[in-house]
Amino acid sequence: MSETRSSIPALLRQGARNGIPIGLGYFAVAFALGCSKSAVDAGLTPFQGFLASLLCSASAGEYAGLGVMAAKSALVEMVVISLIANARYLLMSAAMSQRMDPEGNFIHRLVMSFFITDELFAVTIARPGYLSPWYMYGAILVASPCWSLGTALGCAAGDVMPPRLGSALSVALFGMFLAIVIPPARRERVIAGIVAVCFAASFAMSRLPVVSQISEGTRTIILTVIIASAAAALFPRPQGSGEGGEAA
Amino acid sequence: MSNYVYILVMAAVIYLIRVLPMTLIRRPIRSRFLQSFLFYVPYVTLSVMTFPAIVDATQHPLAGVLALVVGVVAAWLGAGLMPVAVLCCVTVFLSELILV
Repeated sequence: MSETRSSIPALLRQGARNGIPIGLGYFAVAFALGCSKSAVDAGLTPFQGFLASLLCSASAGEYAGLGVMAAKSALVEMVVISLIANARYLLMSAAMSQRMDPEGNFIHRLVMSFFITDELFAVTIARPGYLSPWYMYGAILVASPCWSLGTALGCAAGDVMPPRLGSALSVALFGMFLAIVIPPARRERVIAGIVAVCFAASFAMSRLPVVSQISEGTRTIILTVIIASAAAALFPRPQGSGEGGEAA
Repeated sequence: MSNYVYILVMAAVIYLIRVLPMTLIRRPIRSRFLQSFLFYVPYVTLSVMTFPAIVDATQHPLAGVLALVVGVVAAWLGAGLMPVAVLCCVTVFLSELILV
């Protein structure tokens, strides 16, 4: 473990710094969510939008939920759709459980879980050693308000965001994902190969008939389970090193 | 039904999904396969979510492709999270001045 003993304020600061690009991307996506057709059809008020985003922090998941709200469907449908659209967080949570300090306070598990999103998961797990709750909280404190406020403003404002700006901001999150995935891919040829396979498979699934009808969240789960299983079977990690340092 | 009821049900389901593995899996998983699987999950999930979504997110698909190339090169050369994210945004903004 290359764990450097950083102080809590230093960890919060580091997290907050990496929370900035997340927040920018969140704001753009949340704004789009707030002025989406589903949100309008559901009659979502700015406060309701704020509340939904604060409590759920889930982009595709919330969008699916707004569809249920707009259709005034049964609550059972809300439960089922939320399970499907957010199932990938189950895998992320399982991956994070393996990197928690066993001596750490249990409360951290409860709080960190609440904020598992694609982006916050990504930056938190990208650091070597045990996951740092304080680093994650720093990122949350910057990024989460952007998500909630973006949704509320989107609900209030309709479509005032210049498309040019929205388009540019929308790739911030993907840029961040690349910054997390590419450096290990450079170090390990296996990971580079996996990234290439993922790109190809994901592209194929989004364009082919039938499978492209499956929602994006569900496609992510299907591909994650298949590709990560195949990788684990073909290229098992050396025993004991899997949960540790090199996932940076 | 009130929107608030929907929002609370949605929030409860999503929190359960997120909190159950983190709280129920308290000790290291012994199986080498599962260990390896969970090691690969972040890379696979993030890669799958990045492409082709980055191309579909922009007004012009070519701007997304350029952002992808710039992002991969910058990250390969060792740029951090924030610089890569900003470079991708700038690439899209500038290329769409010409493309759109």
